[in-house]
Amino acid sequence: MNIGIIVFPGSNCDRDCAHVISHVMGHSAHLIWHQEPSLHGMDAIILPGGFSYGDYLRTGSIARFSPIMEAVIEFANQGGLVLGICNGFQILLEAGLLPGAMLRNAGLSFICEDAYIRVENAETPFTNTCEAGQILKLPIAHAEGNYYTDPVTLSGLQANAQIVFRYCDKDGHTTTTSNPNGSIANIAGIRNAQGNVLGLMPHPERCAEAIFGNQDGHVIFDSLLASLTGHKALPA
Amino acid sequence: MKAKIYITLKEGIHDPQGQAVQQSLHTLGFDMVEHVRMGKLLEVDLKDMTNDTAETAIKSMCQKLLANMVIEDFRYEIVST
Repeated sequence: MNIGIIVFPGSNCDRDCAHVISHVMGHSAHLIWHQEPSLHGMDAIILPGGFSYGDYLRTGSIARFSPIMEAVIEFANQGGLVLGICNGFQILLEAGLLPGAMLRNAGLSFICEDAYIRVENAETPFTNTCEAGQILKLPIAHAEGNYYTDPVTLSGLQANAQIVFRYCDKDGHTTTTSNPNGSIANIAGIRNAQGNVLGLMPHPERCAEAIFGNQDGHVIFDSLLASLTGHKALPA
Repeated sequence: MKAKIYITLKEGIHDPQGQAVQQSLHTLGFDMVEHVRMGKLLEVDLKDMTNDTAETAIKSMCQKLLANMVIEDFRYEIVST
């Protein structure tokens, strides 16, 4: 499979994602510069983490208007799989491919630590090799990960099983103390209504192989590639 | 002509930066401070045009890029030079 990874000025997890796709998963990763007009027939797209445009104005707000984003939006609207990690999630929100917005972390600090998240929906193209309720330990590294949406949209997210990951403690309880950044409803990751676009704040690409002592992130890439290769059927 | 564009968090949206500034002001003894909300000010130089045209353009800029309408409001002043 050919996975396109968009590189914005200030992206810094692009090569980590490419490494996981090519060296760990054994597929082809293609770094695509943000000024390109086309996705060159990729099978799926990853918007990586980092600080696109220095996080100026708002996180993701300027990257969202990079030339490549028109192609990404069209690809997503046609049902193509798009995974946004950290800054990639923020860009998806700004682009309107996912609902809601990011606020500054409730505690104001940039948080760089491991967080536990619970898989709330294991029937997405990004989680289909997980068990429902599975607890993953993934690193987070952000200052603006405090997910916010209005109450009506939040009800919609809950009703449509669009909340894919929620922050929890190591036993899977979603408590206030296990919420690192103040996100509404402990949200760590959501999908769109169609199910082909996922954004999450934690970094699965930073823990997808044994050498890191934690391979919990592997399952996200495994699910994505299983969806594409048909080893696991896409949910209806 | 110039425009001053103010971007602020919508009422009811948690503003941890404003809260931190408020706490700091209290630490400095400014007990009269009851509440602080932080926002952004953009000063924009525009080509000369009618105020109506400028207002339409500014609203469009704010809705498309300068403000995130999920969490922010905007207001503006047009300053004649």
